[in-house]
Amino acid sequence: MDEKVTREIFPRDSRKSYGLVELMKKSAPIVRKEPEDTVYVWPNLLMIEMICAILVTVGLMVLIQFEHAPLRSLADPSTTPNPMRAPWYFLGLQELLVYFDPWYAGVVLPGMIILGLMLFPYLDVNPKGVGYYTYSERKFAVFNYSFGFALWWITIIIGTYLRGLDWQWYWPWSNHLEHMNPALVTLIPLHLIFVNWFHVSEGVGKIFTDIIFIGYFALGTLIPMIVWKPMYKAMGLWRYLTFMFFFLSMMGVALKIILRLLFNIKYVLVTPWINI
Amino acid sequence: MLQKLKNGLVDSQIFKSIFRHGYPDNDLDRAYAIFSNVFLHIHPVKVRRSALRMRYTFCLGGITLLLFIILSVTGIWLMFYYTPYTGLAYRNIKDLQFVIFGGNLMRDLHRFAAHGMVLFVWLHMTRVFLTGAYKAPREFNWIVGVVLLVNTLVLSWTGYLLPWDQLAYWAVTVGAKMASYTPFLGQNGPWGPQLGFLPTNDIMFMLLGGTVVGQNALIRFYVLHCVVLPLVVTVFLAVHFWRIRKDGFSGPL
Repeated sequence: MDEKVTREIFPRDSRKSYGLVELMKKSAPIVRKEPEDTVYVWPNLLMIEMICAILVTVGLMVLIQFEHAPLRSLADPSTTPNPMRAPWYFLGLQELLVYFDPWYAGVVLPGMIILGLMLFPYLDVNPKGVGYYTYSERKFAVFNYSFGFALWWITIIIGTYLRGLDWQWYWPWSNHLEHMNPALVTLIPLHLIFVNWFHVSEGVGKIFTDIIFIGYFALGTLIPMIVWKPMYKAMGLWRYLTFMFFFLSMMGVALKIILRLLFNIKYVLVTPWINI
Repeated sequence: MLQKLKNGLVDSQIFKSIFRHGYPDNDLDRAYAIFSNVFLHIHPVKVRRSALRMRYTFCLGGITLLLFIILSVTGIWLMFYYTPYTGLAYRNIKDLQFVIFGGNLMRDLHRFAAHGMVLFVWLHMTRVFLTGAYKAPREFNWIVGVVLLVNTLVLSWTGYLLPWDQLAYWAVTVGAKMASYTPFLGQNGPWGPQLGFLPTNDIMFMLLGGTVVGQNALIRFYVLHCVVLPLVVTVFLAVHFWRIRKDGFSGPL
């Protein structure tokens, strides 16, 4: 980054109550700009803000002429609506309950999304692309953000339009009043597939899935370390490991959705305590 | 004549005692108008011409703030007609729908401004992400933003329960049930029962004030929705805006 102090003429001293301006080599707000380039906030910016506020308010007033806040019948603990939909912004998480156990889909994963979002500025070491829209200068960062939120929005769309009674998959042209036969789909944990294929015991099958699960994270971390050395070097070990943990977990969610929808896999990893 | 009226107004003792500057038709008074006003001084006095470009921010953060203000005003209005008691809450909403003048208007505004706020927080975050505005030295303000995002979602969710209809009851029941699956802290979560958590002492019990969604849950969600969370959002908003000024605007130079 080029925001280094060019030359420290008057070093900062905590014993002094006064300070002297440092010489900076950076493009701070007004530095290297003619004063004529600036305009007064009143009225230039305030006018834009006011027009924007009026447009939004009018838009909202128009919207509520066509759509009204819903109110169903009185709360009744003895009658559960079917299907029971969460508010739209949580439908992605509700949809994930199909693919993961509640402790993961409902608690750990949302926690990881929040933590991952918070850590992003500290994991993204690319100094380019501040203050303007760019894809070419920071492809990987944009890819990560887009991938995460594509997952978020796709699961919301699935939850809104493609789920019906008993949270089964309903196409728009299916009969939404008729219950699907749940016996048509049998979900099995991955290790039972190995048991069938290789005629091994369940314990050995579980060792296979353990190796696959650990191998996914181990190889997923090691291979880019070797193939994209510049990225690893720029990030440093701890930043890289933190990033990879979140990155591989996010990719894992997508992989699990595919495994579940296409191959009816219930769990990849089965342990006495948790199943993923 | 108009000019005379304006001068008389601006030169009056009352106007001067309130604003402490003349009508902002010259540069000095334009500067005073911003920095001597408690609401406007979150702005700088002058900005670069290029920073006014709409296609950089699309006003997304500002729209989010506007929706929060609309939600506060309509929300306080709704509080005058609402009782957080399971025997009355639903009837209060019915009254808002069919009896009280402007009840539907305020409720609809509150509902859709809430949806809008969730949407615009996300759009604003996407804009900040795509312009790299979270990078040094603005990392911390991004964290404050994520805290505000989470608060917005929790505000929406706690408000969901208040009408006490089927939609409210079951959405919150399902959501609260999630809490019982929290690892280590929930009765159904991994290592929860081993650590001694039961339906009567785990994190879901703490959230609902009971084992099911009932009167205690309603009053908890009501206080969180109307007092605690709006206060938290207001404090973090203050920090959020302050940091934009301190860390500098990321926009085009």
